[in-house]
Amino acid sequence: MEFGPHLLLATLEGAIGAAVLALMAVGLSIVFGIMRVVNVAHGEFYMLGAVIAWWITSLIGGHPAYGFVVALIVAPLLVGAIAALADHLVLRRIDYDPERTIVATIGLLYVLQQLTLMTFGADARPVEAPFNKRIALPWFENGADGFAMYWPWGLSTTTYKLAVIAAAVVVLIGLWLLMTRTRAGLIMRATQLNRDMALAHGIPVEKVYALVFGLGAAIAALAAVLIVPIQQAHYLMGGDPLLLSFIVVIIGGLGSIPGTIVAAILIGMSDGIISVFFSPTLAKILATLLVAFVLIFRPQGLFGKRES
Amino acid sequence: MTDIKDSLFQPNRRRALKTLAVGAGTVAAAGMLPGLPGYNQAHSAEPIRIGFQVHRTGIGAAYGRWYDRTTEACVAKINAEGGINGRPIEIVAEDDGTDPKRGAEVVEKFASQHKCDVSFGTLFSHVVYGSAPRAGELKMPYFVVSEGHHVASGKLNRYTLQPGITDVKSQVQAMAPFISENLGKKVTMIYPDFAFGHDHRDYFSAAFEAQGGTILEKIAIPPTETSFTKYFPKIPRETEVIYHVMVGPAVLTFVKEMGEFFGPSRPEIFGFIDSLEAVDMTSPGLEFLDGTYFWEGMPRYAQEDQSEFDKAYREAVGVDENGASVSDSKDVSTFAHMFGCWETLHIIKAGMEAADYQGAADRSKLIEAVEAMSDMPHSHAHPQGAKVFNGKTHQTFGHQYISKVEGGKLVLAHTTSIEDTLYEDEVDYTTQSF
Repeated sequence: MEFGPHLLLATLEGAIGAAVLALMAVGLSIVFGIMRVVNVAHGEFYMLGAVIAWWITSLIGGHPAYGFVVALIVAPLLVGAIAALADHLVLRRIDYDPERTIVATIGLLYVLQQLTLMTFGADARPVEAPFNKRIALPWFENGADGFAMYWPWGLSTTTYKLAVIAAAVVVLIGLWLLMTRTRAGLIMRATQLNRDMALAHGIPVEKVYALVFGLGAAIAALAAVLIVPIQQAHYLMGGDPLLLSFIVVIIGGLGSIPGTIVAAILIGMSDGIISVFFSPTLAKILATLLVAFVLIFRPQGLFGKRES
Repeated sequence: MTDIKDSLFQPNRRRALKTLAVGAGTVAAAGMLPGLPGYNQAHSAEPIRIGFQVHRTGIGAAYGRWYDRTTEACVAKINAEGGINGRPIEIVAEDDGTDPKRGAEVVEKFASQHKCDVSFGTLFSHVVYGSAPRAGELKMPYFVVSEGHHVASGKLNRYTLQPGITDVKSQVQAMAPFISENLGKKVTMIYPDFAFGHDHRDYFSAAFEAQGGTILEKIAIPPTETSFTKYFPKIPRETEVIYHVMVGPAVLTFVKEMGEFFGPSRPEIFGFIDSLEAVDMTSPGLEFLDGTYFWEGMPRYAQEDQSEFDKAYREAVGVDENGASVSDSKDVSTFAHMFGCWETLHIIKAGMEAADYQGAADRSKLIEAVEAMSDMPHSHAHPQGAKVFNGKTHQTFGHQYISKVEGGKLVLAHTTSIEDTLYEDEVDYTTQSF
């Protein structure tokens, strides 16, 4: 494939990766920002979202869109509820102690993963996209007969892939509005700024924590429902996105939503483009290297604020 | 077959074994045994223990599930027919997580903890590579069902054999003439980036170039990859034939995204069924495959001229004429590979009976007995077809099948001869000491 069309295809693939990664990482980021909990089980909430989406769509017959829409609503709610329950049963009891929560969420990771393996099984299972039409994309060339449009071989995307990008943007805008324009967002930000002061002002901090933990997991699950018609549900699918999310959150600045989104676009796009032109392994190497440099030269992340 | 499986026979044996375990001594237990057919002598009624290294979890899980079912069905059949030398087979299954390191530990467990007579059943070639050296050190016969060329290449050892399934080198060698004569001379290969895929890369390109064809591009994809569109732009425009083989949980995504990439202008496509093993051919997004070809180890769909052996084998394992489970039509089998378990167990039985195998001390006699085997006719023990075993290279050779996708089904288009699959020996394991 020629360079121009190749780059366009790489950019599109990168954009899908970036969209899903942004959702996933924002979930991780708000949990860390508000609760100071490094949630190692975040990838498993993502996986649960996909598995529940498969379960719901296989229960509901008829046009694939019916099942998908139900999954889009129910899977995040269910996963959010599971996460809130985990917060209530586990994290609250260890007082949100930073070190102990890491160990606890590692435990949670294994519990969720193995329970899925025992019930859902080890197979990858497909979910049918609600709509999926191939769109051939044109390219422009300044040839002998002047500027002409042509349709390069293989340069295409699907309507569903474009919809995933659009949906991710809508969810991210919605989340930003929630955090900055609503009372719930105000309460969350207050809790983030100073837990004790918030408590003194009558904010039920423990309830806020449970909700935030649930919200973070629900966003991951939503990302999974969006991606599952492209990728299939599998009990080990949470591993790679978790690693990338950590990279994104560290680069963007722990707890900073705009930083996380910018970093997700940076990592997602570069992952897509570098893997197309070079190799997927090189893309991972460069992302990890970037994290190392950020940690050395700007430990608070690109958008993070240095703690005073 | 199902009748035999469900007969009173099997539970009786189980009950008897339980009694054996509970009972104070063999002699006391023997008193209760004479009623059982086949196992008249107390000492020889002790089961033959076969360690079954199975991919229950990890990227090989779908294969593992069907290898498991085939093995269970085969053991039920052999036991119902009197077992091995009158002794029943007992399968000791251990999950290796499709992980080479765990694979070696599992072999170790079979030898030291479970006191197995032989070990068997591994599919993924990197797990074979990880486990075979340990099996050799432990002097544990290791019967793999893997397709990798690793056994016949001479890289393994005298204790590792692959008598029940053909290897990639012989398969691709037999495919090369068909592709160059019927599909095209310019091929782009897409394969998984580990030992099995490298066998395809090396041996297919050599065989295809010998046919006067050219390999335009070799695209390696990590077997854990989940998104594939980014690899397809590397396919050169002048490609006449895509040769694809993929494994892992995301195979359906791989094939679907390939269809989306090509759209209405696809080249000829020749795939190894591995790319869609355990996947329903009628899954949405696979329509573009109509008219393309697949290698199959054994035809998934019952063909018009189905043999009685194929019929009985399907019935015993519980597979319908579409290659799916009789109890769930969405649960598609790994039909092109799992016959290897069935055939290997029959070979272990034949080998043990020829060697008059009594216990672990006779392991080298068992290896020698299997090495002495040659022709294996198409039969209930070999439902995939006739085979010729090469005792020197520890590798079996057999017919290969090429099917065309027609209306969402695989229809047999060509069967190769065994001669098409032969190549020169690369090793003589019989010269190695035990």
